[in-house]
Amino acid sequence: MKKYIQDFDVVENKRLNQEFVVLTLQHPYQLPEMFPGQFVEVKVENGPNTFLRRPISIHDVDREKQQIKLLVQEIGEGTQLMGQLQPGDKLNLVYPLGNQFQISPNDKVLLIGGGCGIAPLLFLGRHLLENGITPRFLLGARSKDGLIELDEFKKLGEVYTTTEDGSEGTKGFVIHHPIMKTQTPDYDQICTCGPEPMMRVVAKYAKNHNIKCQVSLENHMACGIGACLCCVTDTIEGHKCTCTDGPVFDSTYLKW
Amino acid sequence: MTASGTFGYGEEYMDFYDINCLGGIVVKGTTLHHREGNPYPRMAETGRGMLNAVGLQNKGVHYFAKEIYPRIKDFGTNILVNVSGSTIEDYVETAAAIQELDNIPGIELNISCPNVKEGGMAFGTSCPSAVAVVEAVRKVYNKHLMVKLSPNVTNIAEIALAVEQAGADSLSLINTLLGMAIDAETKRPLLSTITGGLSGPAIKPVALRMVWQVTQVVKIPIVGMGGIMNAEDAIEFMLAGASAVQIGTANFVDPMVGSNVIDGIKEYLERKGMNSAKELVGGMITD
Repeated sequence: MKKYIQDFDVVENKRLNQEFVVLTLQHPYQLPEMFPGQFVEVKVENGPNTFLRRPISIHDVDREKQQIKLLVQEIGEGTQLMGQLQPGDKLNLVYPLGNQFQISPNDKVLLIGGGCGIAPLLFLGRHLLENGITPRFLLGARSKDGLIELDEFKKLGEVYTTTEDGSEGTKGFVIHHPIMKTQTPDYDQICTCGPEPMMRVVAKYAKNHNIKCQVSLENHMACGIGACLCCVTDTIEGHKCTCTDGPVFDSTYLKW
Repeated sequence: MTASGTFGYGEEYMDFYDINCLGGIVVKGTTLHHREGNPYPRMAETGRGMLNAVGLQNKGVHYFAKEIYPRIKDFGTNILVNVSGSTIEDYVETAAAIQELDNIPGIELNISCPNVKEGGMAFGTSCPSAVAVVEAVRKVYNKHLMVKLSPNVTNIAEIALAVEQAGADSLSLINTLLGMAIDAETKRPLLSTITGGLSGPAIKPVALRMVWQVTQVVKIPIVGMGGIMNAEDAIEFMLAGASAVQIGTANFVDPMVGSNVIDGIKEYLERKGMNSAKELVGGMITD
């Protein structure tokens, strides 16, 4: 897929809570085709200690409005600077990067997200719906406040939730939700993105139930285009770049 | 030129600009046999730069010759292969294999990689071992032999002179500076190998100083590198005495940087009324 380097206009910065914002970025010309699971490399300006671009998942795409949405968790200097962007600011992106979630037309799909890992699942859910598959979501967070974008997910399909403190949904981790307890799951495909311990547990569950499982990894990256070989992950075929061979991998391909 | 390990095989950057505008591309460090490289994490961002410990991940010279060379051999720019090894025999055998590839006009002998347990930088940090590997490769390799020097030495000029006398056609410097980073919260190193190579604008003053010191003692051309982010940086290296420059880490931040540096140098030459970039070489005014 052809990659682009382009300046986008920030048209909205929607603050979801203390930690998360959704940035809406607009481009003056038509956007290239993008797929769920892909990401952008963002150039953060004016950070005294930020040097490299930040890889950020594509949260949603509206090709008619020529807009991309990015869900940003403010965890370090670079993401904090992104959280301060205002309409009128510019943001330089290298995009679209990485591979995509692979879904077949008759798949029954459960999308499992934790924390910031819900980011690509909104775009994936929309894509599935457009292709005649009704997605179901299982979203986990530490507490109620961390369950973000629920209204957006509910527009696309059924949403199940878990929180570690029990302030909303089932108490515990995603794996503790009743939908994961049933002996005969009515889905044959899991797509997951979130903290690695969560994804490892989900992958193990999928393997035990003979369900196909795709995981989206979030390794530290420099270039994002397969040149530096920094973001590798261990696979059954040796080191592979998370940026170009991933970020989406079949869980059985990883050495987990 | 673009520096080894930062530009893949050139193909990764073709969407961004016409890479044939470059003077050359030094492709990823190549060894005799397949190398998996070091475990993740291999990279840590630092102030104005980054540490890496990739460890020469590559599929070996024979895979390169069979699978990659046919794809890149007709690029309209000079393709140089960065050659590394654990033993002198490795270097010699790898260089000999590349000698057979008609469209590769030269190699960059990497005697300065800080991220491998054996060989690599060990060859480039003492005069006798640097001389031994360069002399051995010179015997089997008759095209352009560039030798990439390590900054992790007490006296780089001494090594440069020894390598010149051993038969190098040009020198490129500097490779990364040995460094490390620790996460104070977790008390753990940020790299799986604990130490790694520092690159980016943070190292530019050191690189510039070393290029200048080396140009004072050798006659062969110097290719300067270390933290070049724009045309002004590149011009500074040429003023210090470099005949050409390599752009490395900047490619990760700005995929267009190669093309931008070329345009910027042209603009500078025009503004200063100069006819050729050659006029910049060693042009620093000290009186």
